Amino acid sequence: MTARHAQPSVSLPPTGRQPPWDGPAAGMIGFWTLFYKEVLRFWKVGFQTVAAPVLTAMLYLLIFSHVLEDHVRVHDLPYTAFLVPGLVMMSILQNAFANSSSSLIQSKVTGSIVFVLLPPISYRVFGAAYVLAAVARGLVVGIGVLAVTGWFAELRFDAPLWILVFAVLGGAILGTLGVIAGIWADKFDQLAAFQNFLIMPLTFLSGVFYSIRSLPVFWQEVSRFNPVFYMIDGFRYGFFGVSDVSPWTSLAVVGICFVLVAALTLALLQRGYKLRM
Amino acid sequence: MTSPAIRVAGVAKHFGATCALDGIDLDIANGEFFGLLGPNGAGKTTLISALAGLVRPDAGKLEVMGHDVQSDYRNARRLLGVVPQELVFDPFFSVRETLRIQSGYFGIRGNDDWIDEILLNLDLTAKADANMRTLSGGMKRRVLVAQALVHRPPVIVLDEPTAGVDVELRQGLWRLNEDGHTIVLTTHYIEEAESQCGRVAMMKAGRVIALDTTANLLQRFGTEPLSLEEVFVRVMNT
Repeated sequence: MTARHAQPSVSLPPTGRQPPWDGPAAGMIGFWTLFYKEVLRFWKVGFQTVAAPVLTAMLYLLIFSHVLEDHVRVHDLPYTAFLVPGLVMMSILQNAFANSSSSLIQSKVTGSIVFVLLPPISYRVFGAAYVLAAVARGLVVGIGVLAVTGWFAELRFDAPLWILVFAVLGGAILGTLGVIAGIWADKFDQLAAFQNFLIMPLTFLSGVFYSIRSLPVFWQEVSRFNPVFYMIDGFRYGFFGVSDVSPWTSLAVVGICFVLVAALTLALLQRGYKLRM
Repeated sequence: MTSPAIRVAGVAKHFGATCALDGIDLDIANGEFFGLLGPNGAGKTTLISALAGLVRPDAGKLEVMGHDVQSDYRNARRLLGVVPQELVFDPFFSVRETLRIQSGYFGIRGNDDWIDEILLNLDLTAKADANMRTLSGGMKRRVLVAQALVHRPPVIVLDEPTAGVDVELRQGLWRLNEDGHTIVLTTHYIEEAESQCGRVAMMKAGRVIALDTTANLLQRFGTEPLSLEEVFVRVMNT
């Protein structure tokens, strides 16, 4: 078969014959397209974005459960059972943050961000699509971690709705923080600083590996200022019906945090901060 | 009265102490092939970026087909196609995925017939499923053109489009004007502007210092026959 080679000569329809424009429907298509693009982006490198964090969580579980299983019970639960929901939630949060932040910084550094900035996409659609895609990656990784680590512990699902609510809200908060970090950072090491000096300490010191009741009183009080503590505590409540604070308190804190970071993100996007000069 | 394809009125932009645009006024009529010339740092790309909504001017307003690029940005942007100067691409996707995604951003679904036509006309059909990373510079440039055309805009901005581009694509780009589309071309190849553009603006230090038809500019310095490049040099030195 002979390959077809045309002389490049782009012929557009005459002016005024653009397809008809339906604003709201077009806006929704724009939203789903940006969401789809972001999901496709992480899915195409799934070994790095999904398999690797699942393996990391698995290693945490093997090491900590090997060392502590016979010595520690938390909330009257075997240590491994206590640990699994914390690892799942930590993976959701870290990967939600990584998705939006890495996508934005990459697009900014390579210049391909113009493909999203030139079309008629509103700042709300822009923010919502990036955050929803971040939640999607967080949930995919979280389900992967649960599927792998769940074999090592006797899990219960006492209140599945709480599990879902905290997984989605936690992913949304970290995904939104990822948007802020991705917009703010001009280079990769600035983003790494945000991740290593803010996100990692907040997630590691939030009760993933311990109950804050085991801490000295001073550090218990400090932990209560960490919003990630409430995400993990509420998420764990959904599994075993036990928690350090009431899930309603956790929901209120997490809900308020989401509203605050979402408002900040929308304000930055509306101003075009570091995106539109 | 119909609106011009592009209206720029009193547009100013500063980056810190640097004045990038200093009160630009410009109307470009429907169907014009318009050239924007100037040395590096003259403000051409800033002006185009302001038109595309990538730069927010400190003062003045810009319209595309009568739609303000700030207050009515949805309509303004859907009527505008921009081929950026830099060879940018998203390394995760194939050519076809790139074009489908770009269609979706403009609110267009099921655009495959048009995408196939663009791919064919730009000689990209064989590369449709190739990842963007694997393409040569010239092929990447073609994809940038395809992305700018995927929503069938009536106004097309070509920002230095011919660097590293072969003759066929260059000729194809010039034919975009034949169906009545408005073309704004920025280029350092003055002979390109001389042969294609009906009207030319010359910019220097953020200001338009010459604006006329190409024919008038060529006669500007007496009866001595000059090329547009010679006129450009003289205008820049006055």
